[in-house]
Amino acid sequence: MKYLDEYRDIELARPLVEELQKSVTRPLRIMEVCGSHTMAIFRNGLRTILPTGMELISGPGCPVCVTSAAHLDAFISIADRSDVRVAVFGDLFRVPGSHGSLANASARGAKIDIVYSPMDGLEIAENNPQELVVFLGVGFETTTPGIAATILSAKNRNIKNFAVFSTQKTMPAPMYSLLNDPELRIDGLLCPGHVSSIIGAGAWQPLVAEFGLACVVGGFETADLLKSLTLLAYQVGKGEPKVENIYPRAVSWEANLRAGQMVEKIFEPADMEWRGLGVIPESGLRIREEYGDFDAEKRLGIELIATEEPEGCICGEILKGIKTPTECPLFDKRCTPGDPVGPCMVSSEGTCAAYHKYGR
Amino acid sequence: MGDRNMSEKTILLDHGSGGLASGKLISELFLKYLDNPILKTLEDSAVLENRPGKLAFTTDSYVVDPIFFPGGDIGKLAVHGTINDLAMRGAEPLCLSLGLILEEGFSLEELERIIISISRACSKADVPVVTGDTKVVPKGKGDKIFINTSGIGFVDPQIDISSRKAQPGDIVILSGTMGDHGITIMTRQAGIAVQGDLRSDTMPLHTLVKKLLARLSADLHTLRDPTRGGVASTLNEIAVNSGLCIELDDQSLPVRAEVKAACELLGLEPLYLANEGKCLAVVSGDKAEEALSIMHGTREGAEAAIIGRLVSGKEGRVLINTPVGGTRVVSPLHGNPLPRIC
Repeated sequence: MKYLDEYRDIELARPLVEELQKSVTRPLRIMEVCGSHTMAIFRNGLRTILPTGMELISGPGCPVCVTSAAHLDAFISIADRSDVRVAVFGDLFRVPGSHGSLANASARGAKIDIVYSPMDGLEIAENNPQELVVFLGVGFETTTPGIAATILSAKNRNIKNFAVFSTQKTMPAPMYSLLNDPELRIDGLLCPGHVSSIIGAGAWQPLVAEFGLACVVGGFETADLLKSLTLLAYQVGKGEPKVENIYPRAVSWEANLRAGQMVEKIFEPADMEWRGLGVIPESGLRIREEYGDFDAEKRLGIELIATEEPEGCICGEILKGIKTPTECPLFDKRCTPGDPVGPCMVSSEGTCAAYHKYGR
Repeated sequence: MGDRNMSEKTILLDHGSGGLASGKLISELFLKYLDNPILKTLEDSAVLENRPGKLAFTTDSYVVDPIFFPGGDIGKLAVHGTINDLAMRGAEPLCLSLGLILEEGFSLEELERIIISISRACSKADVPVVTGDTKVVPKGKGDKIFINTSGIGFVDPQIDISSRKAQPGDIVILSGTMGDHGITIMTRQAGIAVQGDLRSDTMPLHTLVKKLLARLSADLHTLRDPTRGGVASTLNEIAVNSGLCIELDDQSLPVRAEVKAACELLGLEPLYLANEGKCLAVVSGDKAEEALSIMHGTREGAEAAIIGRLVSGKEGRVLINTPVGGTRVVSPLHGNPLPRIC
């Protein structure tokens, strides 16, 4: 498959493995921000061949995992309404809020459609004019433009029984909150490849300036990962932090203007609660007043109810990179992918799910 | 007039009543296509000739949606699935039962297509349906058609195939490519058109198994068909039951290019997708090449590949050696495979 096979080519990867092994000249801790990176690193077995002195910690880049329990509870209460049909990405289906998950709501008779795109939700609305179809918007910059396009399409096609519950989050806002935490010590970031294709590699430059962080924007295949980690080790070793973009086949230095304009048209910045991190100012997106008819929160008068984390669950500290899943007393005991307690275990990109699936 | 035509072409509650309508369905549809001396008696149970040895007995229910898909349909699947479950214990399939649960309003034309498909699958595999039952549930209480098939097979007294028999040093062979059935169904359910020829791999494997047994006999230790949960979950069961570790080589896992592409698109792994015409064979290390060449000589196993081996230590684990020289754990599937956000 073009653009994939060549980056997984073992002949290409072999010298990169050797280079990575020799790259570390002083100990370093790298955070992979994105959940897809966490999974790709495990899938390639990279953790088992990391050079001595290099430590990888997983960041807050799994969109399902950072969705607050209050939002999850609101999602479930919407799904339970008899006049509403909910459209949702598959990852979210089994994530527990404080009283069960959407899967439990589905078993009670809630109408929940697992979709692959917000546009599928709009199609469902068109085909079921008697129901209000609510798309549960969860994700970062990678999903926001698609949701914005869907809302625009709903307006253009005059489909009135469609709305979005936006918990969309933005990068790199939470990184500031994390990096100001004295407990967290990191030397470099493996910056999220897909998010960077929208916000541009240049969006990471302020973190270099302010925190002296090494930053590499990398892809998700074997060669991408090996090269990214090697370059991070070089930057840290030389003490010359900067932003390097080795994913130019998808990412440019500048932001994606068209996507940005579309998002800007529909959404405006808002304070957002992140699971484990709390409320971070202007780290989320809400639907603008002008498109208020498509805002499920307004339309259904939803109020968020603050909730407490399940007892013993340390997802918050895991999302901050302060602890690893194996340090959690519930990990692989009371909390498994089949019966998850916290969100990091249920999402396919969650750190706990990755440790459970690939790393035990 | 129009209404009457409609009612004649769909399943009514009467068709499951046991009365005249049921009788008509049996004589004009089921016996028309599934005719054989045992079924024809229409007695309360089939009486079968016995023979010395052991019996294998299995049952499976089929609720696949969509009921017609590239490469097959729910009827063909119901025949092959149960034949394969028998074959995986080294049994020679003797006969099947066929239980249908139909939803009121289901199209008779579609039912006929399914019965024809069952008939063809049975004739081709030479395994007849010898007893059956039909029920109709009110509209909305079912989903078009559900099928249950049970099967009985004879097992030669010398044969003892099970996942507990796997030994250290044994080799794991997969009889063909992974994930063809699972991805075909998932892309259909999602309404996603993927370029290339995605089709279910549904097929009976008892002839392939017979050939393997004839040549390998006691060196064939385990046979499993990696249906729901895919190769990953089935290998985990073999690892747990045998108390051994299975090591796989990432590069040797056979996957069709179009299946791989669809998996990339939907965020799925071929290792976890269902197969309906593949088996995992665990054979003695020194017989691996012979087993592979037997498979390569058949239509069912033409794309068979050695994918791994059983080793002591790390009991109950399945590990993959990745191309960069690392390893990762392959855990069993939890819940349904769901597509990811990004």
